[in-house]
Amino acid sequence: MKRLAIWFAGALLALCAALPSAAQQPLKIGFGMSLTGPLAGNGKAALIAMEIWREDVNARGGILGRKVEFVYYDDQTNPSTVPSIYNKLLDVDKVDLVVSGYGTNVIAPAMPIMMQRQMTFMGLFGLNVNSKFDYDRYFQIMPAGPEPAIGWTQGYFDTAMALNPKPATIALVGADAEYPALCLAGAREQVKRTGLKVVYDKTYPPNTVDYSPIVRAIQANNPDLVYVCSYPPDSAGIIRAANEVGLKARMFGGGMVGTQFAALKTQLGPLLNGLVSYESYAPDVADKFPSVAPFLEKYQARAAKEGVDPLGFYLPPYAYAMMEVLEHAIKGVGSLDQAKIADYIHKNEFVTYVGKVRFAKNGEWSVPRMMTVQYHGITGNDLDAWKKPGHVTVLAPAAYKTGNVATPFQDNRK
Amino acid sequence: MSEIPTALILNAIIAGLLLGGFYAAVSVGVSISFGMLDVVNIAHPAFIILGSYIAYIVNDRFGFDPIAACVLLSPLFFVLGLAIYRVYYLCFEKRGQESLRGLAFFFGILFITEVALVLVFGVDYRAVRTGYSDTTWRLGPVDFPLRLVVPFAVSVTMVASIEMFLTRTFFGRAVLAVAQDALALRLMGVDTLRVKERAFALSIATAAVAGSFLIVIQPVQPAIGREYIGLVFAVCVLGGMGSIRGTLAAAFILGLAESFTATFAGPSWAPAVSFGLLLATLALRPSGLFGR
Repeated sequence: MKRLAIWFAGALLALCAALPSAAQQPLKIGFGMSLTGPLAGNGKAALIAMEIWREDVNARGGILGRKVEFVYYDDQTNPSTVPSIYNKLLDVDKVDLVVSGYGTNVIAPAMPIMMQRQMTFMGLFGLNVNSKFDYDRYFQIMPAGPEPAIGWTQGYFDTAMALNPKPATIALVGADAEYPALCLAGAREQVKRTGLKVVYDKTYPPNTVDYSPIVRAIQANNPDLVYVCSYPPDSAGIIRAANEVGLKARMFGGGMVGTQFAALKTQLGPLLNGLVSYESYAPDVADKFPSVAPFLEKYQARAAKEGVDPLGFYLPPYAYAMMEVLEHAIKGVGSLDQAKIADYIHKNEFVTYVGKVRFAKNGEWSVPRMMTVQYHGITGNDLDAWKKPGHVTVLAPAAYKTGNVATPFQDNRK
Repeated sequence: MSEIPTALILNAIIAGLLLGGFYAAVSVGVSISFGMLDVVNIAHPAFIILGSYIAYIVNDRFGFDPIAACVLLSPLFFVLGLAIYRVYYLCFEKRGQESLRGLAFFFGILFITEVALVLVFGVDYRAVRTGYSDTTWRLGPVDFPLRLVVPFAVSVTMVASIEMFLTRTFFGRAVLAVAQDALALRLMGVDTLRVKERAFALSIATAAVAGSFLIVIQPVQPAIGREYIGLVFAVCVLGGMGSIRGTLAAAFILGLAESFTATFAGPSWAPAVSFGLLLATLALRPSGLFGR
């Protein structure tokens, strides 16, 4: 009887020892995401990509033997909601890791909290956020390069300054908001470097309805180049106004958010011809991004059901890649030690769905890779046309270049 | 004066008037509900966005012109307005709790409408396609973009019709009488609830048409209506509470102010100039331009 009791007690102890690993707590990753508000289309698209990653990683057995769970809240595309969201994630939900929501406007207000809590913070498409914080545990998946404001605008200005004859004047315009302000700051820096003369430099309120007075004022100054930093509704309004006014600039475009998404591509259709904008992926250079096409198949099937960007070229592959970097870093370190994770990300190169990623000291990509493109040959408003090569000429960077810019802007519309 | 400034001035005038036409359409409903009936319908922009999405559906699925479709479907919004006012009256106005709780009620409707649109349509931007969206008429140096001209023409027709209806019909005069002295009207045996209910419903019906204008002019997403709350109340107050004529005039004034500021000073000054005009007008004429 005594032997049986000892045997039973031993078995119980063994079972107790085994229990923690069998009932491992999930690894919780927290974030705010724009699920309503002006940038909700991008936020939801990013969320789909992150969910695909979560399913993939859990199918591989999770991270550190723990299944991955997301805890996220809608930031309503409103920066003022962000601090309370991240405080709640860290204090109440007790998440293990945090990543950012989409865009400069919601990344910047999270930074002081990340710095105070010493958290490693992966950012999803924030422009030059770390320039004011200089935080050594911040990393940005947007390929804007180590000098983001410069890298973001480099392709446009390199292309413009290669024109013959060289352009002499430029108009700068953007919305009164965080991203356009940083984008315009980069453009102004480029203007200094290139010696262009600024003939118009204004901002507009984000709720502007009619952009034709702005475009007419630009036209009156007769600039060679027009550089615009805008959000989706203003991008559409400015492009329509440029069409109505008959803008005569040699190059028109810049950092226009929205032209990357199916909603504006199909809405504007032929009005996009001649516009110089930016893209992070295009079917015309699919061979340079071998992992993106299979990912997009998964993404597009879900996006169609959820009523978000059915193309998903711009943001979703990078949202997936952001999570891949985090996954590789944790596995590399073998723990959730924030300092070690940040150190690992600084020191290593990561192979992701969007290619090889290495981060500079300030957490930005070590080499800029956002593509400057020009749209052409669009005849209708069909979405399928954008799924095939033929409407996007990549102008920069050189490694991805597929052709030269066609100028003046209006000639592309004939 | 050189040729370019003349063209700029002419274009600024036309752009301002066209923009004013749109502002009149989005504000006339608030002018009726807030200005005449004293119902602070803060949810009016949400009904405008609802109108935009109705326009989107009929355009996307059936290829109908969004503005024509919304004019035809505005009776549905009228019925919706009847139902909303009935709830508002029974829950708040009848109990004398319309001031603060009524405001919360309309805030609630604003958010519920937005969330419902998100759930049904998703959060992506929606736009319509019409035969005239990308067409611009040119008269000498002056441009007339049809995506603004068509809403302008329909808006002015709608606002003028409402003004005629209110001033030249028995029911319209009853609405104006309710705005002036509801108690006196009740003492004369008029069912003021019925009058207010229908007038409120009319204000919601105008939102359907204004919504179709909005989606013709720019892409919309469910929360975009919030951006117009300040504007519609500014137009209503500047024009004079309850004056349809004043609403039209104020809309043109703000449209012209915005257009001229954007053209000659810088677009970021446009809100300051518009609201500066509002403040100056209220300082000199507290009841607004056409207020009594």
